[in-house]
Amino acid sequence: MDGEVELRVDGRTRRLRVDNRTTLLDALRDGLGVTSPKKGCDHGQCGACTVLLDGRRAVTCLSFAVVHDGAEVVTAAGLGDGERLHPVQEAFLDRDAFQCGFCTPGQVCSAVGVLDEVAAGHPSAVTADLTGPAELSPEEVRERMSGNLCRCGAYVRIVEAVRDGAR
Amino acid sequence: MTDLLRPRAMGRSPRRVEGPAKVTGTAPYASDQPVHDPVHAWLVQAEVARGVVTSVDTGRALAEEGVLTVLTPDNAPRLASTEDAELAALQSHDVDFRGQVLAVVVARTPETARHAASLVRVVVEQRPHDVRLSGDRADLYAPEQVNGGFETDTAEGDLAAGLAQAAHVVDRTYTTAWYNNNPLEPHATTAVWSDENLLLYDSTQGVHTTREAVAETFGLSPERVHVISPHVGGGFGAKGTAHVHAILAAMAARALPDVPVKLALTRQQMYSLVGYRTPTIQRVRLGGSADGRLTALAVDAIGQTSRFKEFAEQTAVPARTMYAAPHRRTTHRLAALDVPVPAWMRAPGECPGMFGPEVAMDELAIACGLDPVEFRVRNEPEVEPESGKPFSSRNLVACLREGARRFGWSHRDPTPGARQESGWRVGTGVAASTYPVNRSPGSEANIRFTAPGRYRVEIGAADIGTGTWTSLAQIAADALGVDHGDVELRIGDTRLPKASVAGGSSGITSWGSTVVAAARAFREKFGDRPDDGDETCVAMPESSASDDYAMHAFGAQFAEVRVHVDTGEVRVPRLLGVFAVGRVVNPRLARSQLVGGMTMGLSMALHEHSLLDERFGHVVNHDLAEYHIATNSDVPDVEAHWIEEHDPHTNPMGTKGIGEIGIVGTAAAIVNAAHHATGIRVRDLPLTLDHFVR
Amino acid sequence: MIPFDYRRAADVEGAVAEAARTGAAFLAGGTNLVDRMKLGVSAPEVLVDINRLPLDGVEELPGGGLRVGATVRNSDLAAHPVVRRDYPLLSRALLSGASGQLRTLATTGGNLLQRTRCLYFQDTSTPCNKREPGSGCSAIDGHNRQHAILGASEHCVAVHPSDMAVAMAALDATVLVHGPGGPRTVPLTDLHRLPGDEPHRDTVLSAADLITAVDLPPLPRGTRSLYRKVRDRASYAFALVSVALVLHVDDDVVRDVRIALGGVAHKPWRARRAEGVLRGRPVSADVFLEAAEAELADARPLSGNAFKVPLARNVIVSALRDLAWEER
Repeated sequence: MDGEVELRVDGRTRRLRVDNRTTLLDALRDGLGVTSPKKGCDHGQCGACTVLLDGRRAVTCLSFAVVHDGAEVVTAAGLGDGERLHPVQEAFLDRDAFQCGFCTPGQVCSAVGVLDEVAAGHPSAVTADLTGPAELSPEEVRERMSGNLCRCGAYVRIVEAVRDGAR
Repeated sequence: MTDLLRPRAMGRSPRRVEGPAKVTGTAPYASDQPVHDPVHAWLVQAEVARGVVTSVDTGRALAEEGVLTVLTPDNAPRLASTEDAELAALQSHDVDFRGQVLAVVVARTPETARHAASLVRVVVEQRPHDVRLSGDRADLYAPEQVNGGFETDTAEGDLAAGLAQAAHVVDRTYTTAWYNNNPLEPHATTAVWSDENLLLYDSTQGVHTTREAVAETFGLSPERVHVISPHVGGGFGAKGTAHVHAILAAMAARALPDVPVKLALTRQQMYSLVGYRTPTIQRVRLGGSADGRLTALAVDAIGQTSRFKEFAEQTAVPARTMYAAPHRRTTHRLAALDVPVPAWMRAPGECPGMFGPEVAMDELAIACGLDPVEFRVRNEPEVEPESGKPFSSRNLVACLREGARRFGWSHRDPTPGARQESGWRVGTGVAASTYPVNRSPGSEANIRFTAPGRYRVEIGAADIGTGTWTSLAQIAADALGVDHGDVELRIGDTRLPKASVAGGSSGITSWGSTVVAAARAFREKFGDRPDDGDETCVAMPESSASDDYAMHAFGAQFAEVRVHVDTGEVRVPRLLGVFAVGRVVNPRLARSQLVGGMTMGLSMALHEHSLLDERFGHVVNHDLAEYHIATNSDVPDVEAHWIEEHDPHTNPMGTKGIGEIGIVGTAAAIVNAAHHATGIRVRDLPLTLDHFVR
Repeated sequence: MIPFDYRRAADVEGAVAEAARTGAAFLAGGTNLVDRMKLGVSAPEVLVDINRLPLDGVEELPGGGLRVGATVRNSDLAAHPVVRRDYPLLSRALLSGASGQLRTLATTGGNLLQRTRCLYFQDTSTPCNKREPGSGCSAIDGHNRQHAILGASEHCVAVHPSDMAVAMAALDATVLVHGPGGPRTVPLTDLHRLPGDEPHRDTVLSAADLITAVDLPPLPRGTRSLYRKVRDRASYAFALVSVALVLHVDDDVVRDVRIALGGVAHKPWRARRAEGVLRGRPVSADVFLEAAEAELADARPLSGNAFKVPLARNVIVSALRDLAWEER
């Protein structure tokens, strides 16, 4: 029981046959060799597999690939402009906002998603005024980035990097 | 005493060499390594804690299209060595713990392998199990020695007399929970067996360690086992020794010659197959004189081990180093249970073992009416209390003073439960940290010159997020007297010279000493103008410093804690540590290491707790939704600082190791701050809101 | 995970017919169903993908109020300008659930139908009456810190994990359902069941009933609301106790009040006893405490969750206090 899907991944259109049971994450990693999103828990509990799915941050481990026929996926490997890293990635390097690096592609994709959400004025659980403009205060960044676990404990630097990356 | 290397590259803060690959996700971790047409292995685990396998029916699994083989205790090949019982995969029909691997299914796709694994029917004749750790068990025993090769028990003076003459006594029992290391990258091995050679892409803290374990288990000469592990998604001890999945991957690969077999553990499987930190029960007795000097100090630590293999956490060992007291003792006892075998987790011994005593120090300071910083200063020993050796350097007092200054400690009103801000009770606390300077034997390094100016430095070391790719190259640059950019470091592969494991904060001490020795030998042999292709390989030199000196890093951690008046929710808005860790090779990366350790300590203090269900014998919150580790929101402000420390004895770089000390003492500082905030003394971790809600 | 057929629904009727015929499960965001399928807790042989059905709209209803389509993503609903303005407690409840990258996928209907996070329900190696009727409840004598203090039975002590549903319960929302017999409505507070002796049934829906939308009635002028969640981490954790509160105070007298609790029962728990105590009474700390204690009088904590009783009490009281005396 399988199907065929077309995905646009990091700017390239790819077709592949997948088992219905294959998650988007496994389709990317095993099917297409796109190993930038990582499998840290496979249950939506760590955020390491976060990508930008049709422009918005999403985990890829809790979705079957067949559902996403025609979707656009951008991973951390496709965020930059050619050889140039995305400003969030540069900020992660400057702030040393990672150690082992395993959660990092997910953190980076999530951060880019957060910046878009803030730019669009979307509130978070800690936003005092739901109808006012969204801010990028440290508290806001912490809350918005809490779906990305980091066992090395780089959180403090991640918050700095996300805010730097917005500039 | 060694000639300390003159720092030029050391002390600078280049960004991580492998950073661009990590922020794009292109750095290949074990399961990212491209292999041709791999097949996939999935494990079948025991669902009872003790018993005997009476039959295994693989018929339905094998009937699934795409299933290639199923290995079980009935058909698995015999291993050459079962010396390490943890690695004796499928060698016996006995079930020693719930979660033990009883079969491995190999199939063309991971989906098929997983489904087929659910079709394997294993019948186990269940036997009564015993997984309950408690201090009142009659069968607690003293191991021959504890982890690190330390003595099980020590005693000096007359403890009873020391306690009797004390003006104030603290006699309390403290407990730390069962913790799982939970590196973000689950353990994974890809194995290819061809022509009697075994290739492993593994996630390991030491490629050579894995190679030796696998070679011995299969009876191969080590040269036939090639292990590659350039990037490791965290380990924290859980990847410091080989675990059974590596053996199973290799076994499956042997059954399918020339075919790459991928075996990645699930997060859930990591709770039974890759080690964990034992829960501990610590009875701490401290006696203090009226003027706040310790008259007696005792730590009696109880932990657990598995029945089939022993691991003895050295929980009471740090108490042998920390404070002066004329009458003292430390003991370790173990309960052997039907549980998975515990193992290393970041700062084994020191991390749990500085919880009870550092909370007890806070309790005694209060009893003596002394500030807890001052109380610690007052009990500073002149030499290491139990060994009698002088310290190569000891700057705990400087850390306490500097930390107090930076934290703003002097304004502190010691009264517990006296401050409240917008619905939160606020308090501050302090605890000390320590970690030994460990040096692991067995490393070698090769240096080769490529004209016009490149030095290739080769050593099979590991970077588990510690920064080895960057900092070891900085050391090499200074040892060679060249620019950091002229060094090309190669690590993470058994084709490189042998290296010790990245564990015990010993990496830079061991590999760095080796690289420095190699650089010196290279210069001696080839001078400052070597020819293209000149190379030399040397082993780590011996050092007798530890015969003459007690060598430890120290630190002081300060925490602010808020406890919500209505809900009891606990927050740590501020954590500040000051450390004395010898020379710091790369401040940017070192800060990350220390802050990371403190963050994990915060996580331990507030959240972490593996819940063992005694009826079933396994950890039931075996995932990251239910085993809570701190999220970004839990960690608002963590600062790490260090004092300048010149230690000529530890190694040629003057370093002490920084990977573990950050987690030591954090939980005690937070518990002490929570007491200061609320007046409620919590002695059992974690510090959840149920301790406070009324 | 067993192999399954995957079908993309063309319309609501077709999706329902397919489910009625094959026993198919509906697949929306997948964040809970796929999770359970990996664990072996759920094993549908057919999945009907409803993601492309036209159920993703949020529209203002003619008589006031809002209709939220079943496949509106949690992120979109939380950020919707009308929800933020008129139903802030719903926005807050949504934003306090899961994580940003899960809310992008998770849907309104799926959120309502997510199943318990009971450790034993999720672990197929242990008995669980909800997963395997008659096998026993492992939580009653096991690790039950997260579990119910209200409305549980000897067969099941699980709690419903949703935050969104708690806010909707306080809003008196109505669930629009399309079943094999056609469309019908179910009050949200009646959607979820108490476990009784059929804990495997989370809701009153049958397997082929498809949630198509949720209607939110308008809140009267002068009404205030909040959603407050207490959990073990500062973020990204299920509720130990949460409260959704809708309060209308006039002249220091409680004119209208609706309280729903999360994390305490098998369903979003409407605290009707507390509401009864409060309605028509002058606002005072004593009345708030009396109301909370009335609601919790029947609380039956388990070995590991006695703390939830004072916690729930304090959270109810402080929520009332904060809203009643909020600066106008």
